Amino acid sequence: MKYWRKPLDQDKVKPVHGRIILINERCKGCGFCVKFCPRNVLEESERVNAKGYHLVDAVKEDECVACGLCEAICPDFAIKVEIENAKEPTGV
Amino acid sequence: MSGNNDYTQIDNLLREDRMPHIWCPGCGLGSVLHSFLTALNKSEVPLDKVSVVSGIGCTGRTAGYVKLDSFHTTHGRAIPFATGLKLANPELKVIVFSGDGDIGSIGGNHLIHAARRNMDLTVICVNNFIYGMTGGQVAPTTPLNARTSTSPYGCFDRPFNLPKLVTAAGATYVARWTAMHVRRLEKAIVEALLKPGFSFVEVIAPCPTQYGRKNRQSTGLAQMDYYKENSIIKHGADTKDVDIDLNGQIVIGKFVDIECPTFYDLQTEILGKTFPHMSKTQAEEASA
Repeated sequence: MKYWRKPLDQDKVKPVHGRIILINERCKGCGFCVKFCPRNVLEESERVNAKGYHLVDAVKEDECVACGLCEAICPDFAIKVEIENAKEPTGV
Repeated sequence: MSGNNDYTQIDNLLREDRMPHIWCPGCGLGSVLHSFLTALNKSEVPLDKVSVVSGIGCTGRTAGYVKLDSFHTTHGRAIPFATGLKLANPELKVIVFSGDGDIGSIGGNHLIHAARRNMDLTVICVNNFIYGMTGGQVAPTTPLNARTSTSPYGCFDRPFNLPKLVTAAGATYVARWTAMHVRRLEKAIVEALLKPGFSFVEVIAPCPTQYGRKNRQSTGLAQMDYYKENSIIKHGADTKDVDIDLNGQIVIGKFVDIECPTFYDLQTEILGKTFPHMSKTQAEEASA
């Protein structure tokens, strides 16, 4: 992420890193999380679950900033985001 | 943790043993339920004083998915049951979570009368423009010219404008969001929960199976995209200007936020003059 100026509170605010937990048997492949993720972390995969829905993969999990939008917008309660404070996301 | 990452988990409120739920792939109801449960956690209302009432329909299934006191009532009668709950125990925080066919059509009369009395309820009405569960028949909210299974040449009924209806009947809080605006919806539900009086939140949600498929938005994702591109946020907009046209723009935002004495306030004040044990101060002393 490029800033047009250095943010004044850059020392205080540390972007956190998120770990994405996908509950595959609940996924119905609607694609909301893939479409609305602000950092394009998720991607639809070739794998299918028992019901034949295409699952998603967290291909760029390193860039996740744990905003929780995928968790909030997932209509099937199939995504959870855990915050990992120790590691910073790459590309910030 | 920074402010941007300030989200709460909802594991304590969702009955995970009932998952996966019955809603179709691409349906927005799960997102709305998630927003509601997060808002409930954020509003910090005591959970043993909360009860969720829902009617019949796809949205009516929510009562079975929440780990709270919940009530699955008959078709259209969610608001009367909720009114009864609230009257019997004014301490309860009663939330009506139901669909447009349930609240706006079959229970339409109950809706306007609850708004007129200013019952202290929070009504979350998920509007998907159709009777989804029964096969996609025309609902009173179906936009003009929209195709449904009972209007194959286009709907020729003029639709209800639910925010205008409840505002005219006297609601104290009226807002409209879509299932795409999860964060803003969350905030609106928190405000509605903490507002004394009749608060109404209309949520536009996709129904790809019954509505989108017949109206050139074949997937839930296409409908969510449409909401993202075509919603205009206008806080305080006059509710007579917020009609929804087929494939037109959707005006969303917080339309009404006024203060008004609730049914319970007036009841205790007026009846308390004749029956001192019913006055508010006495009732508070008795419960303390």
